[in-house]
Amino acid sequence: MQLKIEPRREISRNLLYLTPFLAVLLTVVTGFVLFMLMGYDPFAAIYHFFVSPLLSLYGLSELMVKAAPLIIIGVGLAIGFRANVWNIGAEGQLTIGAIASGAVALAFWGDTGLWVLPLMCIAGVLGGMLYASIPAFLKTRFGVNEILTSLMLTYVATLFLSTLVYGPLKDPAGFNFPQSRMFTDAALLGVVFDGTRMHTGTIFALLIAVAVWVLMTFTIIGFQVRVVGQAPAAARFAGFSRNTIIWFGLLVSGGLAGLAGTFEVAGPIGQLIPVITPGYGFTAIIVAFLGRLHPLGIILSGFLMALSYIGGENAQVEVGLPQAVTGVFQGLLLFFLLASDFLVRYRVRVVRLVTETAS
Amino acid sequence: MKYDLTRRKFVIGTAATAGALTLAGPRAFAADPLKVGFVYVGPIGDYGWTHGHELGREAVVHKFGDKVKTTYVENVAEGPDAERVIRQLASSGHGLIFTTSFGFMNPTIRVAKQFRKVKFEHATGYQTAPNVAVYNARFHEGRSICGAIAGHVSKSGIVGYIASFPIPEVVMGINAFTLAAQKVRPDIKVKVVWINSWYDPGKEGDGAKTLIDQGADIVCQHTDSPAPLQTAEARGVHGFGQASDMKAYAPKAQLTAILDDWSGYYVQRVQDVLDGKWKSHNIWWGLKEGMVKMSPYGDAVPEKARKDADAIRDGIIAGTVHPFAGPIKNQEGKVVVAEGKSMSDEELQKMDWYVQGVEA
Amino acid sequence: MTDSSAVLVLLTVISAATPLLFAALGELITEKSGVLNLGVEGMMLAGAVAAFAVAVTTGSSTLGVFAGALAGAILAFAFGVLTLTLAANQVATGLALTIFGIGLSALVGAGFVGIAVTPLPKLAIPGVSDLPVIGSLVFGHDALVYLSIVATVAVAWFLKKTRGGMILRAVGESDLSAHSIGYDVIGVRYRAVVFGGAMSGLGGAFLSLAYTPMWAEEMTAGRGWIALALVVFASWRPWRVLFGAYLFGGVTILQLYLQGAGGLDIPSQVMSMLPYLATILVLTVIAAGPWKGRLDAPACLGRPFRPST
Repeated sequence: MQLKIEPRREISRNLLYLTPFLAVLLTVVTGFVLFMLMGYDPFAAIYHFFVSPLLSLYGLSELMVKAAPLIIIGVGLAIGFRANVWNIGAEGQLTIGAIASGAVALAFWGDTGLWVLPLMCIAGVLGGMLYASIPAFLKTRFGVNEILTSLMLTYVATLFLSTLVYGPLKDPAGFNFPQSRMFTDAALLGVVFDGTRMHTGTIFALLIAVAVWVLMTFTIIGFQVRVVGQAPAAARFAGFSRNTIIWFGLLVSGGLAGLAGTFEVAGPIGQLIPVITPGYGFTAIIVAFLGRLHPLGIILSGFLMALSYIGGENAQVEVGLPQAVTGVFQGLLLFFLLASDFLVRYRVRVVRLVTETAS
Repeated sequence: MKYDLTRRKFVIGTAATAGALTLAGPRAFAADPLKVGFVYVGPIGDYGWTHGHELGREAVVHKFGDKVKTTYVENVAEGPDAERVIRQLASSGHGLIFTTSFGFMNPTIRVAKQFRKVKFEHATGYQTAPNVAVYNARFHEGRSICGAIAGHVSKSGIVGYIASFPIPEVVMGINAFTLAAQKVRPDIKVKVVWINSWYDPGKEGDGAKTLIDQGADIVCQHTDSPAPLQTAEARGVHGFGQASDMKAYAPKAQLTAILDDWSGYYVQRVQDVLDGKWKSHNIWWGLKEGMVKMSPYGDAVPEKARKDADAIRDGIIAGTVHPFAGPIKNQEGKVVVAEGKSMSDEELQKMDWYVQGVEA
Repeated sequence: MTDSSAVLVLLTVISAATPLLFAALGELITEKSGVLNLGVEGMMLAGAVAAFAVAVTTGSSTLGVFAGALAGAILAFAFGVLTLTLAANQVATGLALTIFGIGLSALVGAGFVGIAVTPLPKLAIPGVSDLPVIGSLVFGHDALVYLSIVATVAVAWFLKKTRGGMILRAVGESDLSAHSIGYDVIGVRYRAVVFGGAMSGLGGAFLSLAYTPMWAEEMTAGRGWIALALVVFASWRPWRVLFGAYLFGGVTILQLYLQGAGGLDIPSQVMSMLPYLATILVLTVIAAGPWKGRLDAPACLGRPFRPST
């Protein structure tokens, strides 16, 4: 008797939806043992990790706030990843987008025009696109690998933001601390539910994911991106320009990362500070793949990832779990989620050696 | 506006109730322990800034035992995450919350507006509210003592200073150090290298090596890891510990260390809440109140330096010595603080220029 | 102590480049086999904490170094199980490995904060180490510095001259054909991944035992990411990894040196950008120059492979 692994001819739809739950279940079981061994109340820990953030309107609104940038960036990155364009510098493009839109907000500080926010969004998107165009240019013109350029430019972007908030964009009344003035109302996103921080940008995040889904499913360029990713030879034969795809992948993902940065500074932050993002640009890479590079899947994986962060904080507050443990737990959750994909694409069969000859 | 406010209160109220309902056990009894929350910007294992606050929390636990229940959240990013964590602490029954990084200021103020009954303590900021107190330590007083010792110990007359970011606290520290060193040795030069990070042991150590290569025989640091001091030990020069006693890392090199001691303040503020006497304030404590302390002098500190250092310490505590007493010249050589005058706290707290002798 | 400042700067560069070199060489072998493991930062931290903990507990820094390599290898093996056996997505799994490694190292290292350890001994040869310039530049480093150079030579030789290297490259360039000639694609990749982890672990061990002998959480401070970028910078060639690590380390130290020398009216943040910008610039020059070779990644990089039989 032996185990035989073979690919499924068709991806199992049922398993596609079932495996994430299986993965969470396995994580819960492993976590239960882990927490118990470490002397923490396992029931409370699991409860506060996965359940309690979902039980109140406020908890759900925070989930939206945390998931929104991950979803916006994730759907953008997924476009590039599908076509093998490896933009891992969304973190930097987000930062430049935040700088561009923040500069607009500060330039029109005190202005009450309704046009301030749209202008900020445009500036943010353009900023992100402009920054992503550096790897795109170097890749298409000189063949310089975009993994290196986009990653290195992330550090440069953070330092550039630092230069600005320690210098020209510093709040004149802020005791020389590194932060800009607080934006005025016209430069701030409205809140959807009073008393929460759920800003209108979170709604846009969902709309953007749907829009990208439409773009990828129903348009020529979406078709080209998919072909280039799945069958490069066929794409060459069909005469699709590889360079166009590279530019497209980087500009869209950079622009969306810039928009995510805009929403962060115009939403929950409300000013420019030395560090805009706690690693959203990198986390969104995980989100993109967990969502299987599908915009609607990314919405779900974005929420799950956001929950794992918020749940981690919750478990620290409520159960006293050290952050190190929540990090290990989060890692385990991701491992199980990624591994469970296996069941979707392959089947494991128990084969009796005797019958094998017969079949 | 008024409508908006009440409505907001209502929603938050429900959110808080919902949060409370999900928690096991009753909390309404008067004998329940006071829950004290701590929000940290780094990991407790950084052996620097956050480690210092964690020691303060442990002091609270040690002192009050069953009367308090403490919670901490580590590695909280300055930004939206901070606001959520602070609100989470406030809505889960914490009566006193310490937020221990400058970047937590606006989030703290925002949450404090919604939780009027919860007391907040924000470190190193400048915004107070009826339920938000601000506290900070006069680290520059310790820097004065270090400067005087450096003036005596340095042979080359060059000090290497590993700095993080040019915020007023760091700028103030560099200046206080330089002024005190110049009193002993007028020609002393302070070379500053910016790491652009609070915490990167490798880069901090490299900065120290570079400065020693450029002739520095004293290494001073305003970053969190013991790496610069360790480098000084390895290279046979001297230096000062930062935030905690780092003698274990540099038994010969450490001349003294500036200790951040938050425990006294934390214990007192918890006591204030327990007694119902807590009031908002903006305090800036130093050697006198024991928030800044110096570790025992290393063997390499000569007798004369010890005397000078002690005199400065005692003078600061007694109020007779001011680290920023005139005449003070800026880098261009212009007298900015006249003889007989000294800089006010408010001027110091937004300091963004360097005194003569600093190369930054 | 009569060395010129140039020699002293070079010494600092060598120690700054060594951890990057270890991790990047390991990742190079991993990627050459067609596997992209973005978990370098996590594996380095695991190596750093294991090396420190074992060195402190046993008093032997040699055992510490081995423990560092082993810890990195174990994490890499877990990555292998997920991505090779279970065909999970490599990019996401690598990032998850980093999250996991940061947490795990903090958990293990909690009891080791604030403790000093005897640094790795420098291997001084009496007489020779005292020679001017050569003495301190070539002799008198700790064993890991030499090991990193030896590893570069060995990796280059392995890839170019040995049958094993040929198979490794075949597996990375065309897994299907390698498989059809009868090579054990998964087995080769497992070995490459575990080697990569062990090298990352060594890089971490160098950090916690030699570079800055201590343990503190997240002490790698992003060096794993730089190592990843260096493999790309090197266009998957061992000697260029060495060049890249020393270039990056060199520019980092140079900008610190310029700051210390004073007289430059440039914001320090701009100075800190230089290593990143220099790497981009140099790679662009290489790519655009007349001596450009093939810059492509191994053809199967990041693609899962499952034998169909």
